[in-house]
Amino acid sequence: MLRLFKKILTTGVVTERLKTPKDEELEQLGIEIKRHIDKQFSRQAVLPDALRVNANLFQTDLSGSIAIRQVDAGSCNGCELEIHALNNPFYDIERFGVHFVASPRHADVLLVTGPVSRHMQTALLRTYEATPNPKWVVAAGDCAACGGEFGVSYASCGAVSNVIPVDAVIPGCPPTPLALMKGLLGLMTVKK
Amino acid sequence: MSASNWTADFLAQLNADISVVEIDLSSARLWQIESHAWQRFAEQAMQQNLRWAAGWAEQVQNRFLINACFEKHGEYVLLRTIVDDANPELPSQATVYPAANRSERHTQDMFGIKFAGHPDNRRWTRHQAWIENSYPLRKDFPVQGKPVGITAPDMHYPFIKSHGAGTYEIPVGPVHAGIIEPGHFRFQAVGELILNLEERLGYVHKGIEKIAEGRTPESLSKLAGRVSGDTTVGHCWAACMAMEQAAGITIPPRAALIRGILAERERIANHMGDLGAICNDVAFVFAQMQFTRLRELWLRTNATVFGHRLLMDRIVPGGVACDLSEASCNLIRKEIVELRKELTEVILAVDLNSSLEDRLYTAGFLSEQTAAAFGTLGYVGRASGQDFDVRRDTPYAPYDQVTVRVALETQGDIASRFWVRYKEIRTALHLIEDFIDRLVAGELRSEWQTPPAGSEGLGIVEGWRGEIISHIRFDADNKIARFYPRDPSQLNWPALEKLVLDNIVPDFPVCNKSVNGSYSGNDL
Repeated sequence: MLRLFKKILTTGVVTERLKTPKDEELEQLGIEIKRHIDKQFSRQAVLPDALRVNANLFQTDLSGSIAIRQVDAGSCNGCELEIHALNNPFYDIERFGVHFVASPRHADVLLVTGPVSRHMQTALLRTYEATPNPKWVVAAGDCAACGGEFGVSYASCGAVSNVIPVDAVIPGCPPTPLALMKGLLGLMTVKK
Repeated sequence: MSASNWTADFLAQLNADISVVEIDLSSARLWQIESHAWQRFAEQAMQQNLRWAAGWAEQVQNRFLINACFEKHGEYVLLRTIVDDANPELPSQATVYPAANRSERHTQDMFGIKFAGHPDNRRWTRHQAWIENSYPLRKDFPVQGKPVGITAPDMHYPFIKSHGAGTYEIPVGPVHAGIIEPGHFRFQAVGELILNLEERLGYVHKGIEKIAEGRTPESLSKLAGRVSGDTTVGHCWAACMAMEQAAGITIPPRAALIRGILAERERIANHMGDLGAICNDVAFVFAQMQFTRLRELWLRTNATVFGHRLLMDRIVPGGVACDLSEASCNLIRKEIVELRKELTEVILAVDLNSSLEDRLYTAGFLSEQTAAAFGTLGYVGRASGQDFDVRRDTPYAPYDQVTVRVALETQGDIASRFWVRYKEIRTALHLIEDFIDRLVAGELRSEWQTPPAGSEGLGIVEGWRGEIISHIRFDADNKIARFYPRDPSQLNWPALEKLVLDNIVPDFPVCNKSVNGSYSGNDL
């Protein structure tokens, strides 16, 4: 147990410690994302009257985050690896109010990867329908953006936009974690 | 029996019963037999303890070639038979080798070849994207197929049913709760105990074998690098090896060493990610954070040195597309020293943690017998006593210059798989240092030569999940006629169905993670 604490303490907080130019870019990006989230996801306006008395509480505790449901609709798993990286201690995207959820019913954003395989077409449509409005769809990776290496075939519907409406596209094979963050920010800037 | 003479003895014994035509193929022994003897061969092979490694078919004009690959003591035999397209039927090998089960079902769905006596001939790769009695890999099936607007879900797949008081079913997927590939798991349980698990995969089938046809070598290597994104180096290497054999090309020594470095870097990155994820699945977040941190640093070096975090498209037909400068070599050497120090610290903290021991020891047990029966590969096999590694047993350049120490455990539980993978990281670090020391000046790429029409190659490499087999046949004009990649997951998925039995449902995620099969590499 002591070893564990020693390692935690000596590792420190990598998210803040490393001040390479890239990480400054990351911080900047994150702050931008957070600003947009705060602006658009303030719950005050949509709160029913009965809850309005607690509006201040809601504003501080619940506003300012977006929930992402990731859907692999036929990807090679490359994009998933980089989306995973968003949660590692370097990017730690949750600190900017972006978190991944287990159900589309909890989600604001569907982050879809892969060309949509025909065997996943209905599953993706149902996931889309299960996501409450207002919702955004982000197609992440070259395959999701345009079909990539797989295109359209007897087995693949190609780009995500061939199956459900897409609000933003993040190219890359796979997109790096920074590219994913930029893409999310881009989505929020456009969707004001 | 020495490593090399079992084939001669076996062939002599076979010839008494089955007539075998030997054909010389640069990469493996090719034995051709009559189709009616297909199953009898398997019976004899089983008696001789041959391992069934891969099975696939191809269409050449109006005939089907059916292939099966066997291995013993690092020696491969490619078995082949020919059936006419008027009556494509032959006796099943799955009755003898459980490992052949899903492969034959895939061939049945994709080619319409019937394996008589197959113990379970339900559809496997086919859901509803194409209709029954049409077969995508036949040459007369158009790449575009005849898709309808919305492909229906595969509602009526006949799953195994359970009956009796207190038993119930849990359907999971295809869309799972995490950031993970899609597939369906059907559990039968009593209370928390898993009575049976049935996997239903095929959701990410995207026609890789079909869209490979007609590609150039360059374009095929890109596709091969996306068979399974986490194994981009492994699959790309196997496919390039097969193409190079067909073209009669030897890659330059420097390129081989760089390929070795890339492959070991991929192994380490994936193992680190999964060691963390295994711990995370039992809520030990400390290890998850440490391992993902180390993995991120490792991937950043990949980007700096090789220009791609996951090393995609670094291996190309004839060699590699990236070089290693002296400065890069020093950077990697330094990084390895640092990583060893960090790993020692983290692993000590992990090893001495009793709550982790409680969850990982004895959970997800896979016996040596079951592992052998299913031809289980890589760290899953090696944690259950399957002492096999292509890098050591059928060494290819650059592994023919070094000694590969193969980690082996016999306990067969999640902890075993965890420790095998940790040891494999250590071995891989040594190998990278070794390859850097041996790095010779020279070309990075041999000049490509158009292979003769009909020529074929069999690329076999040890990817991070285990043995990858890639078969390629060329058409005229440098075009691919057939590409079949056998990811190790195809043989490891059935082992997962067995190792979760008698575990509790909440332990399924950690059992699954300890195997970490590729969905994409399985579904193609």
